[in-house]
Amino acid sequence: MTNIPMEAGLLLAGILFTLGLISVLIRRNIIFMLISVEIMLNAAGLAFIVAATRWAQPDGQVMFIFILTMAAAEVSVGLALILQLHHQLKTLDSDAANKMFG
Amino acid sequence: MELTFYVASAIAIIATIMVITNYNMIHALLYLVVSFLAVAVVFFTLGAPFMAALEVIIYAGAIVVLIIFVIMMLNLTNEDVQQERTWLRPKTWIGPALLSLVLLGELAYLVIAEDMPTINNQPVDARQVGLALYGPYLLGVQLCGMLLMAGIVGAYHLGRQKKKVVHRFLERSEI
Repeated sequence: MTNIPMEAGLLLAGILFTLGLISVLIRRNIIFMLISVEIMLNAAGLAFIVAATRWAQPDGQVMFIFILTMAAAEVSVGLALILQLHHQLKTLDSDAANKMFG
Repeated sequence: MELTFYVASAIAIIATIMVITNYNMIHALLYLVVSFLAVAVVFFTLGAPFMAALEVIIYAGAIVVLIIFVIMMLNLTNEDVQQERTWLRPKTWIGPALLSLVLLGELAYLVIAEDMPTINNQPVDARQVGLALYGPYLLGVQLCGMLLMAGIVGAYHLGRQKKKVVHRFLERSEI
């Protein structure tokens, strides 16, 4: 039916992961950093799905479900931390949180 | 089917670039939804329809809505967009971007140099995934339950605002 080369899927995952990595490195806004981590996790899951399709086994998809669970737990805790940071420092600058006072 | 895959991949890459170069946070989140939907289409063409549904429901639904709610609670104004513009100068982003692109080039070379077979399209449906999930991976499911529990407790503990008790002379905070 379809013959998509495996390189194409892995390259897509690599490009998305690199974009997320660039965004983590260049952004100072802490919400954008959290979004970028989501992009990177999504790209890792995409690589697992490509591998699962290549061997027609469900193991890769099971691993994607685990990644999904981890991303959901991570974003909830991260957003709670962002709320606390904004409540205490009145800014979203990640450099402002370099001193661990109060 | 192949054309669908390539078009969805292009949309995903373009939308992600728009996410990481946008100054306005809400606009970036809208592009993020487009990116997740395009990745869901990629999953569908790769023969993982259940994962495509989960991607739409959890990533494009739950996680993005959660971030939008937090942005609404933070009450950001136009000044924050301007501040974001001052933070993102070419001098800051060009170094990390170039180094990361070099890494991407190496990765692409390694992937292409290897002689990989084409994907034999055999859709793995939800039944097989469920059988694997509750068979050999049962321990992982239980660990995921513990992780979600820890996430709930952590989010509740961190997200709690301290109640302020203001006296006439001294101000102290009580839990």
